Amino acid sequence: MDELYRDYILDHYKNPRNFGELDPHDLDFHDHNPLCGDELGVHLTVDGEGRIADLRFHGQGCAISQAAASITSEELIGKPVAEIPALSADWVLEQLGIDISPTRRKCALLSLKVMRGAAGGEATWPESAS
Amino acid sequence: MAAPATGTPTAPPLELRGDFPVLRREHNGNPIAYLDSAATSQKPRAVIDAMSAYYERSNANIHRGVYGLAQEATDLYEGARERVARFCGSESQATVFAKNATELINLVASAWGRSSLGPGDEVLITEMEHHSNIVPWQLACQATGASLRWLPVSEEGELSLSDLDAALGSGRVRLLGCVHVSNVLGTINPVAKICARARAAGAVTLVDGSQAVPQIPVDVGEIGCDFYIWTGHKALGPTGIGVLHGRRELLEEMPPFLGGGDMISYVGYEVSTWNDLPWKFEAGTSPIAEGVGLGAAIDYLAELGMERVREHERSLTGYALERLGGLAGLRVLGPLELERRGGAISFSLDGIHPHDIAEICDREGVCVRAGHHCAQPLMRRLGVPATARASFHVYNTREDVDRLVGALERAREIFGP
Repeated sequence: MDELYRDYILDHYKNPRNFGELDPHDLDFHDHNPLCGDELGVHLTVDGEGRIADLRFHGQGCAISQAAASITSEELIGKPVAEIPALSADWVLEQLGIDISPTRRKCALLSLKVMRGAAGGEATWPESAS
Repeated sequence: MAAPATGTPTAPPLELRGDFPVLRREHNGNPIAYLDSAATSQKPRAVIDAMSAYYERSNANIHRGVYGLAQEATDLYEGARERVARFCGSESQATVFAKNATELINLVASAWGRSSLGPGDEVLITEMEHHSNIVPWQLACQATGASLRWLPVSEEGELSLSDLDAALGSGRVRLLGCVHVSNVLGTINPVAKICARARAAGAVTLVDGSQAVPQIPVDVGEIGCDFYIWTGHKALGPTGIGVLHGRRELLEEMPPFLGGGDMISYVGYEVSTWNDLPWKFEAGTSPIAEGVGLGAAIDYLAELGMERVREHERSLTGYALERLGGLAGLRVLGPLELERRGGAISFSLDGIHPHDIAEICDREGVCVRAGHHCAQPLMRRLGVPATARASFHVYNTREDVDRLVGALERAREIFGP
């Protein structure tokens, strides 16, 4: 099996979870990776307790960026919106479960960057916690 | 190995890989198949040696030193300018050096644009321009109140002269900017015809030759443009030096771009006067070693002969188009006719993003570029977010193409049909 393109990565790439749009939605954000032009947007609905009730990503990108958005989307639903800005790069990389080289790091982190924007914070590139 | 494409010329291919030291390197246990020359070319030993020799034997600041070493450095730099000018059918006085093509387009957009454009004027550029020939004109238009107009690119990745005539019909086009060879599509634009029409309509013409000078014979007099701009590092030369061949009368009328040392004739308390051409546009210490290196690169290309360089690229491009055409789900962007394209092939592979293609190629030492190639308006026009691109130069061989095809087959195996 391929070290990077593992079966579950390719599965999430080809059959991404929580992809599409949500109308109406409470929060949204759209951003791109200036290095490659890949685009990603997100729509969120928020429940009465400030938790993410539902979420949809949309856009286009490589296997790593799409799989990262798809895999993390399942974890994000149910989380309080207020916790999003504190999620680190490691949180994404751990869930991806593959070694990401420096050249692909932004691919992996674009979806969290977009989530940060949707959560009302600054849409900065996530750093590692350590 | 597949048979050569029909019509592929039979001249023996160039075998120059040994002249390029970096190509001796290995990556992941494979020799490097460098297929990204449209981004930057590799440098032959002759260029590296010329620059080292300059620093080891002749280094001094140029133009005003009285001592012998300074004269020698000046002669080396100005000698390179003279050969570079001749190489493109221009002359030394009209050949300006700066750090890259982008800076020189900014020079024209600023020095000419801001003193010549005004409200109601139009700047016409094509949809296949590199960002370097877009953004400076957006800035110039914002500063002067002129409007930016776009010449469309067809599905086949080409410009149409009738669209050009229609755009020029407004009677307001003051500048036409056009890329000679597209860095994305490989399209060779008919710049002589385009410039003739634009000039007849009263427009000043600028041609971005960054992808052309490295691979096809270029004579700026035959093209008949007012400004022809290219960069050294794509033409086997070093980074840090770009070239502008300008129409002398225009360069003389234009105000300076950057102010500082070397570009002046006299500096008073309030005002100064400008140096002669081309130094009026060269403020500060010049990229001396880079000029020397570029001179060596031009000598290397001139010795090969640009007709032969073009032939080599044409033959390799034909071979690559044929081999790539045999891959299921592969789509080549841009014209397929070898006469109308240079040695850069952008392609997409169904279901596999260009980044993933480049990643899998890299594992086997095959260097291709993935992304928008600094041409986002063109990507939007073609309806793709990004492409993978393989581009060639004199050191590439058919084996490099075979290895690319092998890596693409591996990508297909990993991603499935």
